[in-house]
Amino acid sequence: MIRGTIVVDTQICKGCELCITACPQDCLELSPGLNQKGYRYAQLKNDTCTGCVNCAIVCPDCAITVYRQAKKPRSVAVTA
Amino acid sequence: MKEPDVIEGMEVVYRKPQTLTATPMHYCPGCSHGVVHKILMEVVDEMGIQDKTVGVAPVGCSVFAYDYMNVDMQEAAHGRASAVATGIRRVLPDTYVFAYQGDGDLAAIGTGETVHTVNRGENILMVFINNGIYGMTGGQMAPTSLLGMKTSTSPYGREAAVNGYPLRITELLAQLPGAYYVTRQSVHTTAAVRKCKKAIEASFRYQTEKRGTCFIEVVANCPSGWKMTPNEANDWLEKNMFPYYPIGDIKAPKQ
Repeated sequence: MIRGTIVVDTQICKGCELCITACPQDCLELSPGLNQKGYRYAQLKNDTCTGCVNCAIVCPDCAITVYRQAKKPRSVAVTA
Repeated sequence: MKEPDVIEGMEVVYRKPQTLTATPMHYCPGCSHGVVHKILMEVVDEMGIQDKTVGVAPVGCSVFAYDYMNVDMQEAAHGRASAVATGIRRVLPDTYVFAYQGDGDLAAIGTGETVHTVNRGENILMVFINNGIYGMTGGQMAPTSLLGMKTSTSPYGREAAVNGYPLRITELLAQLPGAYYVTRQSVHTTAAVRKCKKAIEASFRYQTEKRGTCFIEVVANCPSGWKMTPNEANDWLEKNMFPYYPIGDIKAPKQ
C-alpha cells in the first residue's frame, strides 16, 4: 500500500472540518488544543494516510501539504 | 512563500501554489472563496502565466483578493469589475484578464456592466461566485437568494410576490452572442473542485484564441450567512441550490 502523510499549517487552519469529510481513509480529526486564532485545527489521528490529496484539494485556506512515499527507481535487469 | 518541510523518503505531491501569497485569508471557516482563489491561482501557476495575468477584485467578501493572489490586481468600484477588466484587456491585449465577482456585485449593482461586457464579447474570464446572499454586509437577501430562503432582510423567507424570483443570470448571459463559454460549477467536493479547475483552465486557453467572453459561475456556500457549519452548508447547497442552479456547461464551444 502506498503510504503518505500530511503537514497542516496549524496557524492558518480554521477547523472547518471539510478535510475530515473529504478523507476517504478517515484519518483526520480536530485537535484538542487551539491555535493562536482560537480554532481547533486538523491533525492526523492514525497512519492510514495514502497521500490521495483529497483533503488538500477541498481546503479553503491551503493549510495542507501532502507527501507521498517516493517511488523506488525501477531495478534494471543486468545481463551477462 | 514558505517552502514545505522536507520529510525523508517522501515527496511533496500537493502544496500551496507559488502564485498565492503567504497572507492568511480572512474568509470564514469553510468558505468557498478560498477554494476558488486556490484553483484559479493553481491554473495560473501551471500555465506559467503569472507575469501576464491581471485580475480585477470586486467589492464584497473577496475585496481583499489582491492581498492573496500574487499576480497584478486592480480593485474596481462596486459592480464594475467587468468594465475595468474590459479596459485592461483592450489596452494590454496580450495579457490574461479575469474579473472575480460575487452575486451582489455581478448580479445586482453590476448587472448593466455584466450584460454589456458579455454582449460585446470581451476576451476576458468572468468568475462569478453565487452563494445567494450578501455575505460581507451581514447576510441580506441578494437577487440570487432562493424562494423561501431566510435572510436578515427576508426573515420569513423570500416571497415571489414581494421580492421577485431568484435571478439565473448565467442562463441569461448564455443567450448573448458575445458569450463563448458559459458554465456553472461548484467547489463543495473534491470531484467538483477538479471539474471547476478544468473549466478555468479551458477559459484561460480560449482567451488567447480571442473567441469571446468566458463566464464561470461557481455555486458557493456561505456558512456564516446561512448560519450553518461548513459541512451542513455544503449539504444544504446540494439539496437546495442545485435544483434551481443546475451544474454543467450551459454554452460550450463545439469541439
